[in-house]
Amino acid sequence: MSTRYERYRPTSYHHKMSIFWWVKRKPYMLFIIRELTSIFVAAYAIILIVKLNALKQGAEVWEALLVSLSGPFSVTVHIVVFIFVLFHSITWFKLAPTAMVVKIGKKKIPGSIIIAVNFMMWILLSGGIVWILLQ
Amino acid sequence: MQKKRSNDPFWWTLFGAGGTISAFFIPVHVLLFGIAMPLGWISVPDYETLLQLAQHPVTRLYIFALVSLSLFHWAHRFRYTLYDGLMLKHLEHYIFIFCYGSALAGTVITGVLIWTI
Repeated sequence: MSTRYERYRPTSYHHKMSIFWWVKRKPYMLFIIRELTSIFVAAYAIILIVKLNALKQGAEVWEALLVSLSGPFSVTVHIVVFIFVLFHSITWFKLAPTAMVVKIGKKKIPGSIIIAVNFMMWILLSGGIVWILLQ
Repeated sequence: MQKKRSNDPFWWTLFGAGGTISAFFIPVHVLLFGIAMPLGWISVPDYETLLQLAQHPVTRLYIFALVSLSLFHWAHRFRYTLYDGLMLKHLEHYIFIFCYGSALAGTVITGVLIWTI
């Protein structure tokens, strides 16, 4: 054991941060919620895979899935998923002008117009899906 | 501070495409199939109609893109949320493989299902 005195010299300083750093401020919280909406997007993608599989298996399997997806538990889950995916859509379209700059000639199209076009397309496309399924 | 990875634009493109297609189409799907039909607000199309619809080439492409890109959208966002939110940057490689690997697995499964339906 060395008795020589050595000064404690850390080579780097790491500030210990709580993993809940985002709880304290509203903008941080909204940011994390926005990022977490992706879990619900993925969850619905998995539900689509399950439905696709049932559709492929035949009428009986499909009907059985429909029954199990019509209970209060499933509807509650879907309502929660719906709230989060709505949050995803709204925040996504609001950020659209940051991700894409549209120019006509040399003039830059204002961000508010890009957002408005995105929201209108959202309504039109959703209407299109409703129309196809209700025929 | 963040090191730029050479393959990041590739993942970002999938993330962006997935974010857009899911933002446009997932809410209406959840509302119709997950809420309105189970609660009886609208009638459920019968099995044959839905199967025919699913077998249409445009629907096949649409469902495949919707599912696959949505998964890659999740993979990218979730990866960075784990890095920054839970500060798990030191587990970078595992997180990378878990996120994009799951999305890839989902893509393959969807591809097979949509091809053989």
